[in-house]
Amino acid sequence: MHNPLRSEADAFRLVVIVGVCAAVVIAAALVIDPVAGAIVLAVEIAAGAWLALRGSRGTLPRTAEVASAPDDVHRILVVANETVGGRALLDEIRARSRNGSAEILVVVPALTASALEHWSSDVDGALADAGRRLDASLGGMRGTGLRASGHVGDHHEPAAAIEDALRDFAADELIISTHPPARSRWLESGVVERAERDVPLPVTHVVVDLEAEGVERA
Amino acid sequence: MESATVAADHAHHGPPEANQSSRIDRQTLGILLFIVSEIMLFGAFFASYFFLRVVANDGPWPPEGLELPVAVAGVNTAILISSSFTVHWALEGVRRGNRRAMQFGLAATWLLGATFLFIQINEYIHIGFSARDTAFGSIFYGLTGLHGAHVFVGLVLLSFANIRGWRGHFGPKAKDHLGVEVPGIYWHFVDVMWIIVFTTVYIL
Repeated sequence: MHNPLRSEADAFRLVVIVGVCAAVVIAAALVIDPVAGAIVLAVEIAAGAWLALRGSRGTLPRTAEVASAPDDVHRILVVANETVGGRALLDEIRARSRNGSAEILVVVPALTASALEHWSSDVDGALADAGRRLDASLGGMRGTGLRASGHVGDHHEPAAAIEDALRDFAADELIISTHPPARSRWLESGVVERAERDVPLPVTHVVVDLEAEGVERA
Repeated sequence: MESATVAADHAHHGPPEANQSSRIDRQTLGILLFIVSEIMLFGAFFASYFFLRVVANDGPWPPEGLELPVAVAGVNTAILISSSFTVHWALEGVRRGNRRAMQFGLAATWLLGATFLFIQINEYIHIGFSARDTAFGSIFYGLTGLHGAHVFVGLVLLSFANIRGWRGHFGPKAKDHLGVEVPGIYWHFVDVMWIIVFTTVYIL
């Protein structure tokens, strides 16, 4: 549902709509009877509620903001959580790094084990785990000569973590790493599809099977 | 091979850095949350109004002998609604780099708001009943006074916007005119609430 107070322009539109609706009510009340005005008001409220309900089904198409940079450096944003140390992901990054000249930002959203932990802000453990995985991953990239930096995303939603990172990092492409479909919560919640829809950059989805790779989870 | 640059900035001391997320800047989110709380406040007053009018009232509403100046309030309503157009004009001006439009739009909005408040105070002086005269008087002054207080707060915000605007602040980029955008959102909220108050209290 679109927030009617998201910006001044939206709020102004609300003033005009409410003003027009009120004018109809006032006209009915003054010309006919106050009861008629009340009936018109009730009809308008019902119609408004129905329109709001209809508008709340699904989200409006929108495009994520991406920062811009004046140089020609190729930048890759990598978003991964438990799979950030996966060999398949590292191979994909190396293949796209243009012989190591690309600048890479790795974002590891700190995902809590449950919604209860998230809502109670019990995220210390998730932050620490994500930090350890990030350190290991960056160390691996350093070993192959990649120019990589990274941070732990403090947002529960990977999509929001992507948008946050893109506001400051002028990425040219986005890589999202997940577990295989049978085990991936991100795939289940449509993170990749949403990124492909909302992010105006090439999006690559890398599936990392840690068990097959024999990589011990951090 | 070029040596790698690794900067894992998650390892820092002290409180975590402020998170910029939720697709809305913090100032706008702040005024949005404030408005939500204000809607609840007005909701409580409207609940009292309808309780007094529908549940606890047996006679005519307003009580006999009390009359509201509908025409004057209607003109005042038009003045306040006009101020929404002028603040929108100011915002459109600053977005397009038209500094004059922004300055005169803000000034006109402030003057219209002040005129509204002046007329409302004048209405209180001449209306012929006080907040102590019947439950109707109490809720009438309560609702319109609550709104008047919000107009006053809006005028204070617009005063700062005017001062900054005339001193050369604000620019076309979104982050450079939040000082106009945020008071503008609040002002539109104040206008919407008045339209509801006027329709409910004076007309229906």
